[in-house]
Amino acid sequence: MVSVKEITGAEGLSRDQLLDLYYKMLLARTVGQRERMLNRMGKGPFAVTGEGHEALQVGTAYPLKPGHDWIVPYYRDIGVALTIGQTPLDLLLAHLSREGDISSGGRNMPSHFSDPRLHIVSGSAPVATHFPHAAGIALASKLRGLDELSVCYTGDGGTSTGDCHEAMNFAGVHKLPVIFVIENNQYAISVHVRKQFAVEDISIRAEGYGFPGVTVDGNDVLAVYAAMKEAVDRARRGDGATLIEGKTYRLVPHTSDDDDRRYRSREEVEEWTGKDPLVRYRNWLKENDVADEAKLDSLHEHAAREVDEATEQAEKAPTPKPESALDHVLIEERLAG
Amino acid sequence: MAEKNMVEAIHDAMFEEMKRDDRIIVMGEDVGEGGVFRATDGFVAEFGEERCMDTPLAESCIVGAAIGASLNGIIPIAEIQFADFSHPAFDQLVSEAARLHYRSNGTWSCPIVVRTPYGSGIHGGPYHSQSIEAFYAHVPGLKVICVASPYDAKGLLKSAIRDPNPVVFLEHKKAYRAFRQEIPDGDYTIPIGQAETKREGSDISLITYGMMTHHSLKAAETLEQEDGTSVEVIDLRTVSPWDKERVLGSVKKTGKALIVYEDNITGGFGAEVAATIAQDAFDYLDGPVTRVASPDVPISPYSGILEEYILPNPEKIAEAIRKLAAY
Ligand SMILES: Cc1ncc(C[n+]2csc(CCOP(=O)(O)OP(=O)(O)O)c2C)c(N)n1
Ligand SMILES: [Mg+2]
Repeated sequence: MVSVKEITGAEGLSRDQLLDLYYKMLLARTVGQRERMLNRMGKGPFAVTGEGHEALQVGTAYPLKPGHDWIVPYYRDIGVALTIGQTPLDLLLAHLSREGDISSGGRNMPSHFSDPRLHIVSGSAPVATHFPHAAGIALASKLRGLDELSVCYTGDGGTSTGDCHEAMNFAGVHKLPVIFVIENNQYAISVHVRKQFAVEDISIRAEGYGFPGVTVDGNDVLAVYAAMKEAVDRARRGDGATLIEGKTYRLVPHTSDDDDRRYRSREEVEEWTGKDPLVRYRNWLKENDVADEAKLDSLHEHAAREVDEATEQAEKAPTPKPESALDHVLIEERLAG
Repeated sequence: MAEKNMVEAIHDAMFEEMKRDDRIIVMGEDVGEGGVFRATDGFVAEFGEERCMDTPLAESCIVGAAIGASLNGIIPIAEIQFADFSHPAFDQLVSEAARLHYRSNGTWSCPIVVRTPYGSGIHGGPYHSQSIEAFYAHVPGLKVICVASPYDAKGLLKSAIRDPNPVVFLEHKKAYRAFRQEIPDGDYTIPIGQAETKREGSDISLITYGMMTHHSLKAAETLEQEDGTSVEVIDLRTVSPWDKERVLGSVKKTGKALIVYEDNITGGFGAEVAATIAQDAFDYLDGPVTRVASPDVPISPYSGILEEYILPNPEKIAEAIRKLAAY
């Protein structure tokens, strides 16, 4: 076995870490596929998943300290949630809205990840309203002198909102330890990115806020990791925010309610399927002798088994008690039934 | 005891709370210089710019960043310069602050206070006069307080700051410097959700809040002297949650209910009070549940003549009391 030091482009990651990255990506892919399948089987009314975004999600989450740094994700971030420490079971319990769903107890739609122990902050559906939260969390870290940083995610569409601008401006003014990650998959549902903003790389906006911005190939997990690592180091040094744009493509419809054939040519989808970040990274691992075919296959099997077991367990889990719908409107108060 | 006006009372409440608990910060536009109404006068000197923070001119971000900070161990008091400019932050209040605890199945909470001056009668025109309590009283997950006197403002603001839920704290701007009141020197709080009977009476229950409490008390005085009608005046002080028990108890005693509010009559908070009385005190009623409020025009036109025409005042309230008393 080659020592990792000799692998160019490994970004200082050990062999185990390189394989762990791959496993997290596989797990994200498998959970996404499973949720969409359960939806088609009529078991979960809605699915929103991130197939195609795995390199960007896992690569940006990987350099973070789980349970220490703050994650303010958006609905596509299955790979982020899993990398930080949510389990396939957590996500499937949410998908099937079972009682034990840590993210919301069956209140939020699936893929609205939340877990206070992991510092994954509950989000809503209005796009990018969570941006000021990430800035506020980072402000608190700074005021309290804590060595934490916050990472906030959204899509290309989300960048057009006022909250996105307001939060980045705020982060620039206060030099906050926050990283804004834009998962530019070139569409906001059916609206092409050319109708979303008039620049090629949205990362250039960072200059207007007074912090660095960088655009990376969002399907190259090691390039993403490297860009994120630099941003993390900057934030930890107290040198403020970074905007990271990853260019990618979702390989599936927007949600289970969307028919993307209306607005994306099959040729285009085909072309991007050829750039699948998992295939690409798998090839890299083989070419650099990090793992052989058999080892990589065993990881696939392992991920499939993990998700199968989680599915089985989630399907057996009890549904929420109807009257729990009245709980937690306000702290320490319960509405009369 | 010392005599204070309402801005001073609000200033003191925040000042004392920030002395007590260094997790508390104030953030908003111009607060560093003391704020346009001077509620944070001297705060930077005492607490530094980090705890009395000027923000960019972006209301959604003021509330949104306050929400974020509250998730990470800070207790923010966000000041929105005028209630009329809170609308850009509506989404943050309704979609975020109000729903965070519920949507996370009780695992996240959001202890913020959003303070803002509201209300008309100061020639503020249509953008420095609005009443916004009905918007937020409609939203489960928020507490909404309306104050218009120094004593209540201080006690309720302290409660709001100590409350683990998001609180919208509305300060009637006409009441900021309109009168002074004796305030106890030490620490005191007033429970959120508790109305106060500001005047006992036996013929009519008048339910109100905010600046209208003062107008209603004047009207009640007039009626007592001129007609011998005894009006009980209840100041809700908190509109969400509101003190149904006290209101229903009073109406069951007098058999008549007059509800007075400054906001537009349609869908104003008084409509909720009226509906509750109609449903829960029906057997006791001896006259129509009546409302005095502003007509449905944008509140309020700038000209003093137009503004006076729109707003409820002691004379209009007195007239309504007379009509109701005749039943
Ligand atoms: C404020 C708001 N407007 C509209 C929607 C409906 N909506 C949900 S996702 C979406 C597109 C978002 O696209 P993008 O930010 O690029 O993220 P992607 O789904 O492509 O990952 C829209 C319009 C919403 N959730 N919130
Ligand atoms: Mg997109």
